[in-house]
Amino acid sequence: MGLLEKIFASTWGVHPQDYKRPAADLAARAMPTPERLFVPLAQHLGAPALPTVLVGQKVKKGERLADPQGAVSAAIHAPTSGTVSAIGEIAAPHPSGLPVLAVTIDADGADEWCELAPCDDPFALDPDEIGRRVAQAGVVGMGGAAFPSALKLSSSKKAGVNTLVINGGECEPYLSCDDRLMRDEAAAIVDGVRVMLHATGAKRALVGIEDNKPEAIAAMTLAAAPFGDVTVRAVPARYPMGSERQLVLTLTGREIPAGRLPADAGVVVHNVGTARAVSEAIRYGRPLVERLLTVNGGAACAPGNVLAPVGALVEDVLAFAGGLKGEPARLVMGGPMMGMALPHARVPVVKGTSGILALSAAEAVEHEREPCIRCATCVRACPMGLLPLEMARHIESDDLKGAVDIGLKDCIACGCCSYVCPAHVPLVQLFAFAKGSLAAEDRAKQRLEATRKLAQAKNERMAAEAREKAEAAARRKAERAAAKAKAEAEAAAANAEAA
Amino acid sequence: MSRLAYRAERTFAAPHAHGDGSVGQTMFLVQLALTPATLFGFWLYGWPAFFLWTTTLVSALVFEFFCLRLMGRKAPGRALADGSALLSGWLLAMTLPPWSPWWVGCLGAFIAIVVGKQVFGGLGQNVFNPAMVARVALLISFPLQLTAWVTPLPLVGAGAPGFVDGLYIFLGQTPLPDAMTSASLLGFAKTELARGAELSQAFAAVGAPQVSWLGVRAGSLGESSALLIALGGAFLLGVGIIRWHAPVGVLAGTLIPALIAHALAPERFLDAHTHLFSGALLLGAFFIATDYVTTPATAAGRLAFGLGVGLVTWVIRSLGGYPEGVAFAVLLMNGITPLIDRCTRPRILGRTRGGEAIAAVGKEA
Ligand code: SF4
Ligand code: SF4
Repeated sequence: MGLLEKIFASTWGVHPQDYKRPAADLAARAMPTPERLFVPLAQHLGAPALPTVLVGQKVKKGERLADPQGAVSAAIHAPTSGTVSAIGEIAAPHPSGLPVLAVTIDADGADEWCELAPCDDPFALDPDEIGRRVAQAGVVGMGGAAFPSALKLSSSKKAGVNTLVINGGECEPYLSCDDRLMRDEAAAIVDGVRVMLHATGAKRALVGIEDNKPEAIAAMTLAAAPFGDVTVRAVPARYPMGSERQLVLTLTGREIPAGRLPADAGVVVHNVGTARAVSEAIRYGRPLVERLLTVNGGAACAPGNVLAPVGALVEDVLAFAGGLKGEPARLVMGGPMMGMALPHARVPVVKGTSGILALSAAEAVEHEREPCIRCATCVRACPMGLLPLEMARHIESDDLKGAVDIGLKDCIACGCCSYVCPAHVPLVQLFAFAKGSLAAEDRAKQRLEATRKLAQAKNERMAAEAREKAEAAARRKAERAAAKAKAEAEAAAANAEAA
Repeated sequence: MSRLAYRAERTFAAPHAHGDGSVGQTMFLVQLALTPATLFGFWLYGWPAFFLWTTTLVSALVFEFFCLRLMGRKAPGRALADGSALLSGWLLAMTLPPWSPWWVGCLGAFIAIVVGKQVFGGLGQNVFNPAMVARVALLISFPLQLTAWVTPLPLVGAGAPGFVDGLYIFLGQTPLPDAMTSASLLGFAKTELARGAELSQAFAAVGAPQVSWLGVRAGSLGESSALLIALGGAFLLGVGIIRWHAPVGVLAGTLIPALIAHALAPERFLDAHTHLFSGALLLGAFFIATDYVTTPATAAGRLAFGLGVGLVTWVIRSLGGYPEGVAFAVLLMNGITPLIDRCTRPRILGRTRGGEAIAAVGKEA
């Protein structure tokens, strides 16, 4: 870093009030299985899974409900034992509330596991076998993005990564499920980390935990102490520290090139929850069918962490966690910075659900927008070094290209800019909109290109046909002419003979 | 289990939380920072100064209100509450000779709000600092009134105009008594230099330049008390409304050349101390060069902007035709702000300054 960069050292990120305690300090509560579970087939990045069960079929807990489909996908398992009562559309955990396919299971109350394939010594397994078992267990990234973990393991091995970064940042306010998990299950997490080291071939693992979680840091340090290749490091509490690029930079000093993956810098990032899921999958053969999530927010009566089965409805989780103080002003799945507002409470918990927030009117205030005063607070907050105010100006004057030219595609949608803007300009919202239009444009362009290609092919075909026809006609003509000439010659010869 | 009746009435986009800041709060804090210096100015220059200040601020609000109405903004009253017009008026009032007649404040406010701001499209759109636009326009149009400084006559002191006399001065009915008009220090130095006198001789004739932190001297409200202006600046730095880049730039831009020039030719150039404590340098450094709207958006850009303002100020003060140059310097630098902004874009993470993706490192480690 040059002197200039030091003087102007970026103070990226924001320090929102975190509201993590007291929820983080309370023991986690396991939620009893509700009578009915709605297990979506698309809980991960990529293609939805393909159902392998039939309506009316009895399933045990952990039994496969759907197979991965396509290159990027993940398997889905039954979160409890019972009967498949429907396979159909339900409201998705998405602001639009558009329907998604889900397998509905009527629980039989026994919560009986199917036969599992445990493994006593994961380190004796071939790394590829670990990837296979993780895929079989349907493990996906539990930090929110829900990328299929097995794919990440195998591609890391191929790319030859040397460092495994474990994300215990949990920088989103309100959330404390990772904190709780690290305090309660440190040994299992460290075990998962070591299994992932084995699977990826990375030499060392760095666990980054924000310094506002001293208990988690202590527990994890203790659990990692016997293993030289796993190091726990405190990182400054600052949103979005848990974002891949920022965490990798902070822990390893490596900057991931724009438009590339961490693997290009020799790093792969997994969340602590994922590490634990990997350990469960390999040691006990247990697929990912439940998760710890945080119930919090001003409208929640008893904030805390809940172990909930995948497929449980948000309203059931909220009811179990102590109910709400009246009607919430907003229901959010995930954290307040990047989470999504739910259309209603009848959507299911999925593998990537880190929290359910019932925000009170005081928390979800909507501010009237004022003109941008160019205060540049957003510039200072942006962890990517972008100029949110300029990008917004371009977008609002319909100049998407101008916005792209100054970095729109590098925006990680962390929302810091919107969070700090004193004029309440909906910055990240504008960027999301612009990225959406760009994607639509791209699709349209691709369609156009495809149509153009088709038309071209058709034209070529028709031209070829016409050419062939013309050639055939010419051939026929020539043949006719030749025949005529021959006949004439013959006739002439006959005449000559006659004469 | 219980049904939760909740239904979102529409989609809400993240983030679902917001920091505390607001435009109104920002403007309010700046006004708060100006208050001590302003009150001190009232005490120093008496009732006329108070009347002028009030008139300028009220005019600014009135003009803003009518502009907003004219442009069909809904609830123009609410938009007034952001405090930006009030602040522009206030800053202008800080730079006027405190005993100017009422129309100077009124006209100044008109120029600042209508010509300097609303014509460009209102808050956030103006290229030039409204207060400085007004100040310069007034100075060029009414050089006499705009250089009629008065010796401070503390409100309570003998000879200070009372409420009624003050009103007369304010209404422009009483010509300023000769005994009370006085050149500002910079003006005095400029005149003397123009006559070909050497500074040391000139000062020897009238006594050493009276510059001090407290600043009981001829000048505008915002020029008198360096201490209180700097205090206000420190407050704004402390609460994070402004950052150090622009003020440090301005001060360095003026003081460094001043130090060098004075060391080389003390008879031609004022010393750094005088530069610092006279005129609007501190006001400019802390309150004008830190204006968000009309200055660059990056830290590096703001430092560059400040240096430019400081340097141009020194050049005008030392070599130009006007004794004071802060306002001109600010306007000049406002003009090249887009250029500075373009040259000081931050580096995007994962890209070089030129915008290319950086080379991957770390795979070999
Ligand atoms: S934070 Fe808001 S008001 Fe400030 S520059 Fe950015 S967009 Fe403009
Ligand atoms: S949302 Fe995008 S522009 Fe805004 S702070 Fe985050 S990365 Fe920067």
